Amino acid sequence: MSTLSAAPMPSLSHRASRWFSRNLIRIYAGLAFIYLFIPVAYTFAFSFNDAGKSNLVWQGFTLDNWKNPCGAPQVCSAVANSIQIGLLSTFIATVLGTMIAFALGRHKFRGRTSTNLLIFLPMATPEVVLGASLLAMFLNLRVNPGFWTIVISHVMFCISFVVVTVKARIASLDPRLEQAAMDLYANEKDTFRYVTLPLVMPGIAGAALLAFSLSFDDFIITNFNSGIETTFPKFVYVSAARGIPAQANVIGSAMFFIALFIVIIGQVVSRQRKKS
Amino acid sequence: MANSKVSQDTGDLVLNRVSKFYGDFCAVDDLSLTVPDGSFFALLGPSGCGKTTTLRMIAGLEEPSQGTIHIGDNDITTQKPYRRNVNTVFQNYALFPHLTIFENIAFGLRRRGIKDVKTEVENALNLVELGHLAERKPAQLSGGQQQRIAVARAIVNRPEVLLLDEPLGALDLKLRRQMQIELKRIQMEVGITFIHVTHDQEEAMTMADTIAVMNQGKIEQMGSATDLYESPKTAFVANFLGQCNLIKAKVQSRAGGKAVVTAKGHTFEVPLSRVSTDNDSVLLGVRPEKLRLDDKGINSIKDCVVTDRSFVGTSTQYLVRTPWDLELVVFEQNDEGLHDLHVGDKVSLEWDAEHTFALDGAQDINAGADLEEEE
Repeated sequence: MSTLSAAPMPSLSHRASRWFSRNLIRIYAGLAFIYLFIPVAYTFAFSFNDAGKSNLVWQGFTLDNWKNPCGAPQVCSAVANSIQIGLLSTFIATVLGTMIAFALGRHKFRGRTSTNLLIFLPMATPEVVLGASLLAMFLNLRVNPGFWTIVISHVMFCISFVVVTVKARIASLDPRLEQAAMDLYANEKDTFRYVTLPLVMPGIAGAALLAFSLSFDDFIITNFNSGIETTFPKFVYVSAARGIPAQANVIGSAMFFIALFIVIIGQVVSRQRKKS
Repeated sequence: MANSKVSQDTGDLVLNRVSKFYGDFCAVDDLSLTVPDGSFFALLGPSGCGKTTTLRMIAGLEEPSQGTIHIGDNDITTQKPYRRNVNTVFQNYALFPHLTIFENIAFGLRRRGIKDVKTEVENALNLVELGHLAERKPAQLSGGQQQRIAVARAIVNRPEVLLLDEPLGALDLKLRRQMQIELKRIQMEVGITFIHVTHDQEEAMTMADTIAVMNQGKIEQMGSATDLYESPKTAFVANFLGQCNLIKAKVQSRAGGKAVVTAKGHTFEVPLSRVSTDNDSVLLGVRPEKLRLDDKGINSIKDCVVTDRSFVGTSTQYLVRTPWDLELVVFEQNDEGLHDLHVGDKVSLEWDAEHTFALDGAQDINAGADLEEEE
């Protein structure tokens, strides 16, 4: 027979250290998130700053910046440029990159290994070097830098990322699914259309999103090859010298929330799909 | 199935001297084979014996290096897979993950531009008794259900030949037994030629009308399960199908419908019809359940010792050592005649002449033994 005796109360420091070790992972995660999101929170907070010329010191709360995001000169035309360039280069890079990915992932040909290597080069090369040499090339060809030179440059560095992303998806595709399609009376074209493409589509969509954000975000290469054309990153950089307008914070925050919104929608949709 | 458009009596599937090489490696070696229309045919063999390659050549997913393949009068040797009226149930099923069960089954019908897809798909779903799952995605189904859908997806097209590539390999034992019966039922119902590739000898024997045992790209022997089991023609077949006792022996005489054979001073009789070689050096074979723990018969070995015993429910399996140190397996039914022997007991063995067979003694006595566990 064992008797129940009152367990001695563990000491406070003992309990504290137990609590700490049990929650260590949460504390660590919390700190990591704070570290990651402080810049975003700062940008967001200062989008409400009643800034005059310079948006560096908090001068009071206002909604004016959000009510009139195009208030600062040139900011909206810069954003519009960035979106146009982003969409255009995303489209071209995704189409070309997907075709390259299929060629590399599915076919054996002379020079496949070296093509695989070459695809990685733009990712490994410093952007300053890429930007400078692209500019040198455009000038040698007597092409004036502007909207189209930016698009060409963006397509060039986005293609690599598209190829890598789509190729990974193709590699994970079970070849038996295509064989099954062929076995079920689908010729090569139908097999691609009804089986291969839908299965690779998530990879292509991911690659397109990546390409757009890379293009929208790019400053270094753009700065070399833009001539008098202004993109949003270039606008922010140039205005940094005399004070970034709070509207830039508004647009930056808005971009962040749009991206967040898209991610959340995606999660909800995929969860509902799983449920049904 | 209603609304039948089955291409009936289209003829036998004939493989004529088919070979397949991968570089220097010969996967299928000069194989000739006729599968009668409407039969349930099994290609049985250990992994790497060329059975799957053979199947893929029939499906059109591989092209033979040599030889021709016909269905009836129709030469399909180089026809694209989507042009031949042959469908496959793939290993691990290969259901399209992005399509619903309904669309998976409808896939083949839609590609051929068939009008009444809905009725056909519903009939196929009912055939495999999964009508309620039409709107699900493959990932939401259990392994057994996916397996049935894979069968339905193939059968809905009424192929002339249905190929099954180890279709039950991924299922657990109980489900596998159930699906074996199920597949057999479906085959009887639709009357399509089934070619079933498997490494599981029990599965082949349960399901197929005719079994072709393959080894190293060739067919060792072809026949009904009973033929193969009771009268194997090679050591490989004897060992691969069930268990077998083989004894090295010499033929002394062939007369009066029987052969007299000696091994280590013992004399045995075999019906001449069961001697499958002209060679005088033979492997004398007898199945474990044909051996009796007694000493009255013509074929008997005295002074043996029990070296192992295991009780397996319906029978007790003994390992018995002969005076010349050969270990033989004996199955004794657990009924009233039970001997209940223990390790170390002295015992005699006997068996009937008509249960004995003699194979060419030039073969490896262990060919095909313990291969099926490799998978």
